[in-house]
Amino acid sequence: MSELARTPLYDLHLELGAKMVPFAGYEMPVQYPAGIMKEHLHTRAQAGLFDVSHMGQVRLAGAQAATALETLVPVDVLDLGLNHQRYALFTNDQGGILDDLMITQAGDHLFVVVNAACKEQDLALLRTLEDRCEVKELSDRALLALQGPQAAQAMARIAPELNRLVFMTAARVEIQGTDCFVTRSGYTGEDGFEISVPAEQAESLARALLAQPEVQPIGLGARDSLRLEAGLCLYGHDIDTQTTPVEASLLWALSKVRRADGARAGGFPGAAVIHRQIAEGVTRKRVGIQPEGKAPVRDGATLVDNDSQPIGAVTSGGFGPSIARPIAMGYVTTAQARVGTELQALVRGKPQPVKVAKLPFVQQRYYRG
Amino acid sequence: MSAMKYTEDHEWLRLESGDTAVVGITHHAQEQLGDLVYVELPTVGSEVSQGVDSGTIESVKAASELKAPASGTVVEINEALVDDPGLANKDPTGEGWFIKIKLSNPSELEALMDQAAYDKLLEELNG
Repeated sequence: MSELARTPLYDLHLELGAKMVPFAGYEMPVQYPAGIMKEHLHTRAQAGLFDVSHMGQVRLAGAQAATALETLVPVDVLDLGLNHQRYALFTNDQGGILDDLMITQAGDHLFVVVNAACKEQDLALLRTLEDRCEVKELSDRALLALQGPQAAQAMARIAPELNRLVFMTAARVEIQGTDCFVTRSGYTGEDGFEISVPAEQAESLARALLAQPEVQPIGLGARDSLRLEAGLCLYGHDIDTQTTPVEASLLWALSKVRRADGARAGGFPGAAVIHRQIAEGVTRKRVGIQPEGKAPVRDGATLVDNDSQPIGAVTSGGFGPSIARPIAMGYVTTAQARVGTELQALVRGKPQPVKVAKLPFVQQRYYRG
Repeated sequence: MSAMKYTEDHEWLRLESGDTAVVGITHHAQEQLGDLVYVELPTVGSEVSQGVDSGTIESVKAASELKAPASGTVVEINEALVDDPGLANKDPTGEGWFIKIKLSNPSELEALMDQAAYDKLLEELNG
């Protein structure tokens, strides 16, 4: 087994009593002594601090950077305003999803954040653009996420100027004398920030945030239950190379100008497939799944219709602490995708009643100004 | 109250009266599993066999099995635990018990660990 990597906050996690687990090649905190349930509820009620330094941070610089990046994603990068952020997807020639990512127009460069598990693949992909722009992995930076309804008031004591940011915008600010790049975004459905900070200052920033009365450390366990309640996709589960953005119900992420009738139509991998799917529809879709009983329905469970015919599968599932019920997401045939459709999930071979549910399970509370 | 016996899967068993035993999961097990959100117990009257899956325990993150520490007939299940699986986190060896079994082969208990042996196992696990 290859050696697991550690983030700059590794020692702090141990000091805080974290239970460390291997995740995407890193030793990461799955939970702290409070436990997943309390950590989840604390984030929804106050504010949680997450170490997401395992994710890949990449800088694309040069006059052609946006044009070049548009060849890899079905998203408008050229018209992304200064200090604005956008969700995007790397697609393959079949229209399948290679990864999801965040792109921020930082002025003299594009700031890109990709998933830890896909980091090497994504970097190789981005390096194919090197004839048109400079591609630099920011491996000397950590990434912290502060999330929750009281994230802004906690942050205000450390960097008051960040309160003017609205959801999906960014600012370069000095925090504790350190050059940080901050976006108002996250992966919990709550208001909050993601802070890119030089590795050597990450621990002192984390300690300053944890010193705020609203803030508790939150592990990957609660990060997963929070994003599931918020209806957000986890790469490798809810989206992968076998699913297209249209099937994944991510049509909203496909910018108008890149669609078939747009000013810069196509020009990304799988454009023909994706454009055809937008025009003609798809045979299966990602939907929310609400188990009717108390038993969690997890990733991999087969979904069957009332005639016991398999019509899909669960791709993420577990327990939603905020609603105190099991919740799940999965793919079903388009004919069965209407909210309220009654299906059965096979759990340990036994059918359990479930319903197609509206996503998100918990209302998103982003700060839009 | 008789002494607790333990399995390598971190279940405990305590003889209650005659050949009836109470079964639950250990403090170590609940700690490893984390917050429990669902338990599925065998029905009263069903037969369970030593070392065989006889119930399901689910935490926020994952599902695992309850293996019967000894063979016999299920004579009672903890309905309060079904309603509030968190009882097994709060009081794993008390209010958070799982099932009561009328043992069909009490000699099976000899294969289980006593307190000293289980403590030693935990020590090894905690390295």
